[in-house]
Amino acid sequence: MSASENLTRKTSIKNAWLLSSPALVILTLAAAGPLLIVLVYSFLLPGQYGNVKWGFSLDAWVGIFFTKDIFDGTYQMADAHLSIFWRSIKLSILTTLISLLIGFPTAWFIATRSPTMRTFLLFLITIPFWTNLLIRTFAINQIIRNEGLLNTLLLKVGLIQNPIEMIYTDFAVLIGMAYVYLPLMVLPLFASIDRFNMSFLEAGYDLYATRWQVLRRIIIPVTKPGIIAGSILVFIPSLGAYVTPRLLGGGKNMMIGNFIELLFGQGRNWPLGAALSISLLAVVMAALLIYVKFANKGNSHGT
Amino acid sequence: MVRKEFSIAKLPGFSLIAVIVFVALYLPIMMLVIYSFNSGKSVAIWEGFSLQWYVKAWANEQVKEVTLRSVGLALSAATFSTIAATLAALGTTRRPAFKGQMAIFALINQPLMVPEIVTAVALLIFFGALKQFTGYQGMGYLVAAHTAFCIPFAYLPIQARLNGMDNTLETAAADLYGRSFQIFRRITLPLLMPGILAGFMLAFVTSLDDVVITLFVKSAGQDTLPTYMLAQIRRSITTEVNAISTVLLAATVLLLILFFILTKKKN
Amino acid sequence: MKRLSYLALALITSASMAHASGELQLYNWGDYTNPELLAKFEAQTGIKVTITDYDSNDTALAKVQAGGHGFDLVVPSANYVPIWVSEGLIQPLDLSKLSNHGNIAPEWMNVTWDDGRKYSVPWQWGSTGVAVNVTAYSGDVNTSSIFLDPPAELIGKVNVTPEMNDVISLATMYVGGEPCTEDKEVLKKVRDLLVAAKPKWLSMDYGMTEKMAANDVMASVYWNGAIFRARLQNPNVKYGYPKEGYPLWMDSVALLSDAQNVEEAYKFMDFIMVPENAALVSAFARYANGISGSDPFMPADMKDAPEILIPDELKAAGHFLPTCSAEAQAFNTAIWTELQK
Repeated sequence: MSASENLTRKTSIKNAWLLSSPALVILTLAAAGPLLIVLVYSFLLPGQYGNVKWGFSLDAWVGIFFTKDIFDGTYQMADAHLSIFWRSIKLSILTTLISLLIGFPTAWFIATRSPTMRTFLLFLITIPFWTNLLIRTFAINQIIRNEGLLNTLLLKVGLIQNPIEMIYTDFAVLIGMAYVYLPLMVLPLFASIDRFNMSFLEAGYDLYATRWQVLRRIIIPVTKPGIIAGSILVFIPSLGAYVTPRLLGGGKNMMIGNFIELLFGQGRNWPLGAALSISLLAVVMAALLIYVKFANKGNSHGT
Repeated sequence: MVRKEFSIAKLPGFSLIAVIVFVALYLPIMMLVIYSFNSGKSVAIWEGFSLQWYVKAWANEQVKEVTLRSVGLALSAATFSTIAATLAALGTTRRPAFKGQMAIFALINQPLMVPEIVTAVALLIFFGALKQFTGYQGMGYLVAAHTAFCIPFAYLPIQARLNGMDNTLETAAADLYGRSFQIFRRITLPLLMPGILAGFMLAFVTSLDDVVITLFVKSAGQDTLPTYMLAQIRRSITTEVNAISTVLLAATVLLLILFFILTKKKN
Repeated sequence: MKRLSYLALALITSASMAHASGELQLYNWGDYTNPELLAKFEAQTGIKVTITDYDSNDTALAKVQAGGHGFDLVVPSANYVPIWVSEGLIQPLDLSKLSNHGNIAPEWMNVTWDDGRKYSVPWQWGSTGVAVNVTAYSGDVNTSSIFLDPPAELIGKVNVTPEMNDVISLATMYVGGEPCTEDKEVLKKVRDLLVAAKPKWLSMDYGMTEKMAANDVMASVYWNGAIFRARLQNPNVKYGYPKEGYPLWMDSVALLSDAQNVEEAYKFMDFIMVPENAALVSAFARYANGISGSDPFMPADMKDAPEILIPDELKAAGHFLPTCSAEAQAFNTAIWTELQK
């Protein structure tokens, strides 16, 4: 590069940073920066009635995996904490699978309509996504509670004698999350299917493949980027979900987000809450890294 | 790209599932809307048309107060975040890549990657300490927090729009105007406007919607509409909440229609 | 020209705002404050009261401990008041500003947890018991086994409200111990009992007034007044006093140490000690209050309601919860966290 080109480039980079600075400053102060404080707090001692006491301690991190039995002082696997983490991961994976199973046909359906219909359907899918989370969770609550729509209908038709207890179970939380995060699965899937070259299908059928084989061997591998993107977009928010499990879980089926809140409130253990938050962040980052790796792999093979 | 006949693209059962999904997606929301006009309290038994819940919600001083606060907060957050996002978009697009660009992208998109509860807890600790230290406990913290997480939402449409604009008009203008600020004001900005407006609206809706971060950052008397609704839903199943939800829904739909129109406009 | 009109507008607005006097931030239990009371207070004094809810003593304590809360008044339960005092979170009251202080009923004046009422003024008092929807279960309601060892009809239908002190005390008395015990044997039994019972519960949530009225929940550990209100909407709800032992509590209004609106706070505390206003407080949440002379103003249905009048044979089983020592508190918190699996 010539000297003047070098200078222009340097000015360009300087301008880039300058222009980005307001956004970067706000985000550092009110989003990313405080995360470091959480990390620090995870190494402190809990105060007696909340907040923290200054003093280095690994108790919180040990406490994620092991609890000291309060009566005989022995250390055991902290199945209390781990089971909440495990429930969260389990429910998130199930939510992702359910959204995938019903989201894929939906995305396929939208992608195979006429252009005007396609835009309209996309619009329809987007509206629930931008509707307030509380409203959507509340709406599901109204459907599945004992005197909600579903039970009233089933009772009227005579299929059941007593209302099915759906509310306040893991099932309720699962339904709620699948309902809330479905659009996040459909949109990337649609984007991927949209790019799909239908002539591949023709080739498949020419070779006498059944529809199932076509699906398995042609469609799914080609739309894999969309599948992975959608899965990540559903898995991550559902893992850190707070409102939906709070409203539909009845306080008994806590997910990691609810448990973290408890530790900062009634539970009076800020360091443990901080440690769990960092762990949650770590799991999410790991999932994102997996996505990035897969996404790049997909790109290198073309199509 | 020419679409092949639908018969090739048809997969058994897919259309049926898709239709069921659309119905299932809208059924709960539609029930909410319909029963908000119910004269009875139940959400399963229709007792007749009535606007009483809307009247009740409107007469509720607290509802009015929290709604105003939410809208005010969303307007401020959307404004600040759109300005920051526009500047950031201008700084990061249509330039050759440079070292540290990845870091900027990561920071800008941080709210999308970090679970809300983690950010909420972080702000609880940080702002809590600040509140005690400075004695200031006003809405500033909420505005800052909302602005931060709205930035990526404002950034995406602006960046997309900017990427789609080529430089020719601006290069031509450089010959005529010379000063880059004038070029910006008279050429770039008007062309970018649909993207900026779309970003503003996304940010507005996102701020209006927020529950978790607001819950942890707010001080006394700073309830927003979502936190008020959360308290109501947790404690009682009043049909007032249905009415409020329907109004919120209508507002969101209107904004979204606007958004779609704006982003469809191709110059 | 434009500028002048803006200036004029600003002046007029600020003048009108000068008339809108103070405001007060009340941090209270959910569903516990009569809107009519606040309206009457505002009409009389011009002070606007904003309520923020909490659902448990521990939540309130944690929130205020965290700092930067912005509240002026809080309403802790009796056994927590000494904790608030020792942590320096509430300030001693200037009794000269409370002309109605003498209205406090004699039996509520010199309580062990606030002798002479120097830190708190009475709000409401009541009991924690169990409530059952009689269509689901028609057996004896006056027992903690409803939630600690649910009968077949109620398995999977009982809610246990997450008020740590109440639940652990009920369980402790059920196994024959004393609330706030430090006896490890007893505590171990309590822990095992609660952990074994939890799978049989439906939920651990609040808002039982509406939820039992709406038949979402068939049984629950809950507070008498809230159940009273549920019964008013749903006659099938019946309240029981556990014969193994049940907590009695009193909630009182206290002034936070870093309150901003101190004068307004005193006015409010004085206001609620007027007999008619105390009755207003009770009329909404349906609990008894601690102010002499409020009886004539109380709602008629409270006079002989089963939730208010404790049957003679169950009176001895009611215990006011003491404030637990730090060690007992630590045990309780540990048991409670283990329960929240």
